[in-house]
Amino acid sequence: MRGTLFQKVWDAHTVRKLPNGQTQLFIGLHLIHEVTSPQAFDMLRARGLPVRCPQRTVATVDHIVPTRDQRRPFSDLMAEDMLAALERNCRESGVPLFDLQSGAQGIVHVIGPELGLTQPGMTIACGDSHTSTHGAFGAVAFGIGTSQVRDVLASQSLAMDPLKVRRISVSGALAPGVYAKDVILEIIRRLGVNGGVGYAYEYAGDAISRMSMDERMTICNMSIEGGARAGYVNPDDVTIDYLRGRRFAPSGEAFDRAAAWWRSMASDPGAAYDDDVRIDAALIRPRVTWGINPEQSVFVDERLPAPGDVPVESRASVAEALDFMGFGAGQPIKGTRIDVAFVGSCTNARLSDLREAARVVRGQHVARHVRALVVPGSQAIRAAAEREGLDRVFTEAGFEWRGAGCSMCLAMNQDRLEGRQICASSSNRNFKGRQGSPAGRTLLMSPAMVAAAAVAGEIVDVRDFSHAD
Amino acid sequence: MPIERITRIEGTGLPLRGNNIDTDRIIPARFLRSVTFEGLENHLFEDDVAQATERGTPHPIADDKYRTASILVVNGNFGCGSSREHAPQAIRRKGFRAVVGESFSEIFFGNSVAMGMPCLTAAPADIQRLQGAIDAEPSLPIVVDLEAQRVRCGGWEMAASLPAAARESFLDGSWDGTALLLDRFEEVERTASRLPYVAGW
Repeated sequence: MRGTLFQKVWDAHTVRKLPNGQTQLFIGLHLIHEVTSPQAFDMLRARGLPVRCPQRTVATVDHIVPTRDQRRPFSDLMAEDMLAALERNCRESGVPLFDLQSGAQGIVHVIGPELGLTQPGMTIACGDSHTSTHGAFGAVAFGIGTSQVRDVLASQSLAMDPLKVRRISVSGALAPGVYAKDVILEIIRRLGVNGGVGYAYEYAGDAISRMSMDERMTICNMSIEGGARAGYVNPDDVTIDYLRGRRFAPSGEAFDRAAAWWRSMASDPGAAYDDDVRIDAALIRPRVTWGINPEQSVFVDERLPAPGDVPVESRASVAEALDFMGFGAGQPIKGTRIDVAFVGSCTNARLSDLREAARVVRGQHVARHVRALVVPGSQAIRAAAEREGLDRVFTEAGFEWRGAGCSMCLAMNQDRLEGRQICASSSNRNFKGRQGSPAGRTLLMSPAMVAAAAVAGEIVDVRDFSHAD
Repeated sequence: MPIERITRIEGTGLPLRGNNIDTDRIIPARFLRSVTFEGLENHLFEDDVAQATERGTPHPIADDKYRTASILVVNGNFGCGSSREHAPQAIRRKGFRAVVGESFSEIFFGNSVAMGMPCLTAAPADIQRLQGAIDAEPSLPIVVDLEAQRVRCGGWEMAASLPAAARESFLDGSWDGTALLLDRFEEVERTASRLPYVAGW
C-alpha cells in the first residue's frame, strides 16, 4: 500500500474506532512540563486513576524556570510552587523528571530529540502547541490541552480525528544568510496563519533534505503558527545519523533494526496528498515579522503593507497590527530601532542557532541602548556552547548568557519586556503582549538576524552585515 | 463521572469581533503561573480590556450590558496559538457555555470539547448578522441547538455546525472521554505491543 508517513503512523497506532466515530490513538511518548500538567494530575487523583504508563512519559521543567539564579527554592515563589508540584506528581507516579540537577533539563521540545526520546514513526503528545517540533524526525507529534493530558496519563491514548496531509516541497538552494526560520516564515505568509487547520504539513523537497535536524526542527516547530497541528519531515540518513548514539536511542543491532523500521515509515513515492504546494528556496530572503501574528512578515528589504494593499478580509487585521505596533504603512522594516534582542526558544535555541548568532557578533558589541540575551534551549546545549567558547563570544559582545528555559518567548519567568519595548526575537510568536508586557512588541526573525539587530541597534539585513566567509 | 448530555444552550450573547484572536490574548501567560485553573475568569482578555478602556472604547467582556451573557460569538480562527486549556477554562469560568464563530483553531476546539463547552461554526455573514443583532439588543434570547445544528434568536435562525464526532459526544454525554478510553485498555496494550519501539526492537 502506498501511503504517507502520516497514514502509516496513524494506522500503526490506531487502537479502535470509538462510538462517536473518532479514532482511539495510542501515544508512544508523552512529554509533560510544569504548566499544563498539574491540573491533569489533580483530575486523575479526583477520579482515583493512576498514571497508566509512566515509562512512556517524560517530564522536564522549562516554562517558569528562572534563567539567572536557579538555586532552590526559587525567589519566585509561584515558580517554586509549580516545580514542587511537578516533582511531587512525578515522584508519586513514577514519571522520570529531567530537573535542574540532571544536566539534561531544557525546553521540552529541545531535550526530547537531544536525548533520543523522539524517534521516527512514533506518536508524540505534549501539553504544548510546539510539540509539532518533533515531527522533524518523522514522528506524528501534536499539542494537546490539559484535559487531554489527563486522558493520556490515564490511558496512554487519545480520541482523535485524522488530519489531511499537505505536502510543501521546498526546492533549490537557500542563499547565504537565509535560514530555516526564513523558510517557515515564508510558508506561513503564503498559506496564512489558519491555512493549515485540518492538515498535517509534510515538508519535502531538496532544500529540506539538505537541512540538518536542527533546521528541520525549526521548520516543524512553527507548523502550528500556520494553523497545522502537526508537521513532519520523512526520516532519512540525516535523521538516522542524528539518533545514533543518543541516550535513549537503541544501540548495536537493535539500532539497525530500528533504522530499517524508521525508513519503512517514510511516505512512499506516489503517495496521494490532499494538497501540494511548491516553494522556490532561491527566492527567499531574510524575513522579519512586523505585526501581531506570524503571517504578518516582510522580506528585510521590503516595506510594510497598507491596509489597502491586502485582500479585503485582511484589512482590519493589518490596520489593527500597524496601530498596535506604532508603525506606518509603507515604512521600511530595515532601520526599525530595537530595545531588546532575544536568542532563545524551542524554535531557535539549539547549538547551530547559537553558532550562527555568535558568528555575527564575534568581535562586535551590542548597541548601547539594547539589552541582549542568549537563552540556550537546554543544559546540554549550554555546556556544548561553553566548550566551544560561544559563551565568551556572547558575553564579550555584551549579551547576557543565561540558563536553559523558555524565558522571554512567553515571559513566564522574570525575563520580560517592559512598556512598549521592541524585541528582535528568534522565538515563534509575535502576539500582542506575548513577551510579558501588554504593550510590548515582538519582531520575529532568524537568530543571525537577531544578533545583527543587537549589534546595529536596529533591524538590518544580516547579508550586508557579515558573511565574509 | 456522571454523564452530562449537552443538547441545547439558551442564554444571551456577547459579540467579540476580530480574526485570529490568540490564546495569549484570551489569557496572558503570566496568569498561567498557578497549579490550578481557579480564578482564571478574573483575567479573561485582561490586556485587551485594559487597552480598550484606555482608549475609551469599552471592551465587550467588561461591558455591563453583557454581564450575564453565556454564548460567545466570535469570528475567524478563534483561539489560535498556544495549546493552553487555560483559555477555554477562563471563558467557561466566566460563565460562557458555548462559543459560536466563523472558525476555530483545532487545539482550542479540542480543549473546549474535552471540558464540555461546544464550539459551533457558522457562515461569516450569519455570524456578523448575529453579532449585529446582539449589539442592537443585548438581552436578545439565543438558543444554540446542537441536535438541529441551528442557532435561533428573535425571529430568525441560522445553520451552525460542529463535526459529527464532537456533536455525538455532547449529545450522548461522552465528551469527557477518559472512561471511554479506559474502557478496553487491553486493546491499547495490544496495539502498543505490535509497535517495535514499544516491544523493544
